[in-house]
Amino acid sequence: MYNRILLAVDGSDHSVRAANEAVKLAAGSAESQVTIVFVADYDNAKNEVLHSGSSLELDLQRRKKLQPVEETMAAENIPCKVEILHGTPGPAIVEYANKEKFDILVIGSRGLNSLQEMVLGSVSHKVVKRANCPVLIVK
Amino acid sequence: MAEKMKTQWFGNVRGDILAGIVVALALIPEAIAFSIIAGVDPMVGLYSSFSIAVIIAFVGGRPGMISAATGAMALLMVPLVRDHGLQYLLAATILTGVIQIIFGVFKVAKLMKFIPRAVMIGFVNALAILIFMAQVPHFLGINTLTYVFVAITLAIVYIVPRFFTAIPAPLIALVALTAVTIYYGFDMRTVGDLGTITQTLPTFLLPDVPFNLETLMIILPYSLALAVVGLLESLLTANIVDDMTGTSSDKNKESRGQGIANFVNGFFGGMAGCAMIGQSIINVKSGGRGRLSAFVAGTFLMFLIIVLGNVVIQIPMPVLVGIMIMVSIGTFDWSSFSYLKKAPKADAIVMVATVAIVVYTHDLSKGVFAGVLLSAIFFVAKISKIKVEKELQEAARYRVVGQLFFASVDDFLEKFDYEVEGQQVFIDFTDAHIWDDSGVGAVDRVVLKFKENGNGVVITGLDSGSQKLIDQLAIFNNEKAKLPTH
Repeated sequence: MYNRILLAVDGSDHSVRAANEAVKLAAGSAESQVTIVFVADYDNAKNEVLHSGSSLELDLQRRKKLQPVEETMAAENIPCKVEILHGTPGPAIVEYANKEKFDILVIGSRGLNSLQEMVLGSVSHKVVKRANCPVLIVK
Repeated sequence: MAEKMKTQWFGNVRGDILAGIVVALALIPEAIAFSIIAGVDPMVGLYSSFSIAVIIAFVGGRPGMISAATGAMALLMVPLVRDHGLQYLLAATILTGVIQIIFGVFKVAKLMKFIPRAVMIGFVNALAILIFMAQVPHFLGINTLTYVFVAITLAIVYIVPRFFTAIPAPLIALVALTAVTIYYGFDMRTVGDLGTITQTLPTFLLPDVPFNLETLMIILPYSLALAVVGLLESLLTANIVDDMTGTSSDKNKESRGQGIANFVNGFFGGMAGCAMIGQSIINVKSGGRGRLSAFVAGTFLMFLIIVLGNVVIQIPMPVLVGIMIMVSIGTFDWSSFSYLKKAPKADAIVMVATVAIVVYTHDLSKGVFAGVLLSAIFFVAKISKIKVEKELQEAARYRVVGQLFFASVDDFLEKFDYEVEGQQVFIDFTDAHIWDDSGVGAVDRVVLKFKENGNGVVITGLDSGSQKLIDQLAIFNNEKAKLPTH
């Protein structure tokens, strides 16, 4: 069974859909635990610091983005914890997933910015290529 | 302590060395371009970048942050260099260092919290606009080839990083286009036309200025502006690096460190500098975390200049212009447009006013001061809205809601109906707070005016702070008190 589940989210609707699938996976075993990981993108750091009063406020803003996902978990009584990483989303998720040895990684198929996806390639694609564990991409 | 220093220096050797090299490469065009903005030889900016980066590696409070010659500082020194020359700039740089050390010792970094977000956003936008404006004379109306070179540079710096990130794209543009220019012998303005490059290490020199009060009065206004703007940008950058690395940093130590770096830098022939947002982001992204990366960046930069000095003077100006346009686009906060729509009107006005004043005066410090002042006024205006609700039943009952202080007393006084006679008037302060002498004076006036017409007045619901002020200052309980005449 999948006991250690990593759910990578970016705060969009797609992450809520991914969260629903993670719930289904977690329901299979009483011991499963979901780790919700969110990457604060280096490229947004200047903008986010400029537009927030303090580091506390910034942390709160980021956690607010994850609230719908956490609520999804709480509604099904799935034990979960939140991890906020700093870096470039694709590589940061891969590094974390490989270091912590998860049984499976769940990720939404499309992030917030379709223009970026066109130019830079999608985060989920990079993750599939380089993560060492099975990856579930949720459409 | 020693253990902490060791990890700050050698905890990430490989990452720091690689990132330091990348930063040095990215620094070259910027240091030259900022020297040209300030109106000094490119060597001044290069020496400055070397000295500041290396010194900050030792004395800074934010490992992983890169400091060097910057656009914000260069823009401030333009009139000083134009009117008085390089030696006065060096003297001003030393004084800037002294002021920043004093700021650091007195923990001025704490005052950063009084600078509103809107002012900081205005600051970076104004900086971006000024950097762009400084480029215009270098490309507008010179010749077609200049436009072509600027366009090719922009194409390289924006397209190449999509496929290849090991070498900073600006440097690729610089090397490629300089080579093309030399090879085909294009007639184009080069860095050499605007200054000289000397392939020597900086040496210790006292600035050649008369040491008297007159000199001090010339450089002091510039030094103050440089000190404030330098700290502002450095502390903003420190916050960004804090966030990117998920660690915290000692802002007062950083202020002192910036001061020490500028102080020493002035003696070695460098212009005042501060932390660089763009370069620090490049450093962290390239894996730089410790003090070693700033040290490597500074020393490798100097090494390159000594080796490559002859080539540097042949860099075509349009390439530098293109790189600076990229820097200004990267500096500008593009979410400002949505901010203008979403933010409260007062904040939006403060942001626009900060930008407008900087662009008009070409002085970032003036914009910041004006912005802080304006937002303070808006804040006072907002908080001074006081409500007095009247409930007329068997007696006159008033409920005061809001802050009672110097700015709100006029509103407060107007809200009462003093025509009543022989009544018991109740004033409830449960949802109000009295802040100062003027507030107490206003309560005095209201109470005494009611008493004049033979009314009794009962004040209720004062919180402890307000009660204390009333006990100390109010005179209305004194039987003989008359209405103050003022």
